[in-house]
Order: sequence, then structure tokens, then C-alpha cells
Amino acid sequence: MSDIEDRTRKIVVEHLGVEQDKVTENASFIDDLGADSLDTVELVMAFEEEFGIEIPDDAAETIQSFGDAVKFIKEAV
Amino acid sequence: MAAGLMTGKRGLIMGLANDKSIAWGIAKALADQGAELAFSYQGDALKKRVDPLAASLGSDVVLPCDVGDGNSIDELFDALKERWGKLDFVVHAIGFSDKNELRGRYVDTSRDNFKQTMDISVFSFTAVCRRACTMMPDGGSLLTMTYYGAEKVMPHYNVMGVAKAALEASVRYIAEDLGKDNIRCNAISAGTIKTLAASGIGDFRYILRWNELNSPLRRNVSIEDVGGSALYLLSDLGRGVTGEVHHVDSGYHVVGMKNPEAPDMTLERKE
Repeated sequence: MSDIEDRTRKIVVEHLGVEQDKVTENASFIDDLGADSLDTVELVMAFEEEFGIEIPDDAAETIQSFGDAVKFIKEAV
Repeated sequence: MAAGLMTGKRGLIMGLANDKSIAWGIAKALADQGAELAFSYQGDALKKRVDPLAASLGSDVVLPCDVGDGNSIDELFDALKERWGKLDFVVHAIGFSDKNELRGRYVDTSRDNFKQTMDISVFSFTAVCRRACTMMPDGGSLLTMTYYGAEKVMPHYNVMGVAKAALEASVRYIAEDLGKDNIRCNAISAGTIKTLAASGIGDFRYILRWNELNSPLRRNVSIEDVGGSALYLLSDLGRGVTGEVHHVDSGYHVVGMKNPEAPDMTLERKE
């Protein structure tokens, strides 16, 4: 498990208050982890802060699952 | 605890979304000086965010309000009247526009979004002040939030800039209407801050970086910076101030051109 994946998972666990083992690659923030539309914006803001990256709006809209987030962040850092 | 600047004062905070909100910076500064706070929210998604934040400042007065609906504003102030009777201040940190129109050309703004932006971002403050002033027999202080895009063209701010210009004008008229009752009305024009609301504005990160490099203080402002200035305007320290648009923007509004030592910046776009 990569460092980026760990840090990303930690943010998701803390922000959404879900069990760590629920945050799997295919877990959808909204459908599986109980996020609402504001949560998805807040998660993107938290990822940007944690990794010092910029996630433009059109990219943010494609980040629907934990796997999407890790993939985007790995490419961006 | 020593008496704070807000000890014995009670007020309403409207527009708190999360701990990045400007309203949160203001609420913290006021609570820290002894203010007793009530919060309004719109919808369950925001309630679940506001509840714990309010609780952390010792407040359990968290009330629903849809500022687009006069009856809902009435209900909010009826509930506050029942709970507190009197009110000392209101912080209005609310605005709305369709984010699809916060990019591209202002001139393409639709009639529907123009009306809704003006209704939620401008008229709501007037509607709130009209009700709040009836609960301020000993005077009070009303505060709203604006942005430099009201005065000068800022990229993508578009219809929101037009709305903020109207909001700033309404601050002056409200100041005149209510001044004789010792009720003050002011606005803070905050610099760019990365809040949930700002996430709807196109190229926001570029604007943040530009402000950081080119404002006299060479930094962006924080929600705590805005909280400090709000405390001044809402407490008796600001008792001689009304009708004012106070800039809390690292001084950006006085600058005439870019800082020669700042790097040139161009936005990279994938077409």
C-alpha cells in the first residue's frame, strides 16, 4: 500500500467518519461511503491541501471513488 | 474570565458552511470575546455541518432559514425573539449564483440567474435587516460580506460582482435608515479566501496566487483576519462606524498595477 493511498484514505476516513476497511478502491464516495455533494467538494479541497496540488473543477467532477482520487493524486504530485 | 468585548451581546450568524467559512472565522472571534451566538442554516446538508461547530462554541441555537423565502426569514426571527427577545448583531455571509455563470462572459448571464443571484445575495440582507432591527431597541450592528469584484472587474466573478455592488449600495441606504436608532450597518470586503463557496469560481487558485504576490502585505488573508475586523465592527470599538465597506484584503484594493518583482503568471489551459 502506497503512502499516497494511506494519506488519501486517512482523509476520507476522517472526513466521512467511515470505517477504514470500507474505503476500497472501487468505493464511491456518494453511493458507498455516504457522502453528500458538499462532502465531495470538501474532500477535493482536503486532498489539495494535503498534497499541495491543484484539482481543477472539471477534474474534480471525475473523482467519484477512492480509486479515482488516488489515481488523480498520484499523477498530480 | 475577564469581560470580553462582546460580553453580554447576542447575535445571529448566517451562512456558516464549514470550518473554512468566513462566517466561522467571525463566529470564533466573537465567541472568544464572550458573545452568545445563534446560527442559521439552509437544508440538512448544512445543518449537519453547523450543529457540531455551533456546539464547539457553546451554542445550541441552530435554526433553519431559507433566505429566498420571506416566511422562512419571519420564522427564524420569531424563534430568536422567543428565545432571546433582543438581538445585538447579525452577520450575513450568504450569496448564491449558478456556478456555470461564474465563468465565461458576464454579458451572457441569464435573466433567471441574474434574478436569483440578486435575490439571495442582495435582497436577503435587506430582508434580514428589516426584521433584525425590530429586535434592537438599544441599537445594534449589522454586517455583510462583499468582494472587490463589486468595484473592479475580476475574472469570472461576473454577475456576483454586479450583485456585490448592489449589496454595497444597500449597506449605505440601510445605514441611513437605521442610524437614528443607533443601528449600524457595514460590509467587509474580504480578500480571496478558499472557502466552499469560492470553489464555484473559475480559476480561483490563480486569483489566490495573484493576490498573494501582488497585495501590499504579500499574503492572502485568513478567516481569522476577517474575524478580527468583524469583531471591531460588531463590538463597541466600531461604535462610530456605519455605512462602511471595510477592506480586509492585505491592501490589494489600493494597488494600481502588478508588483514588478512578482513573476509573470499565465494560466496554462488544456484546450
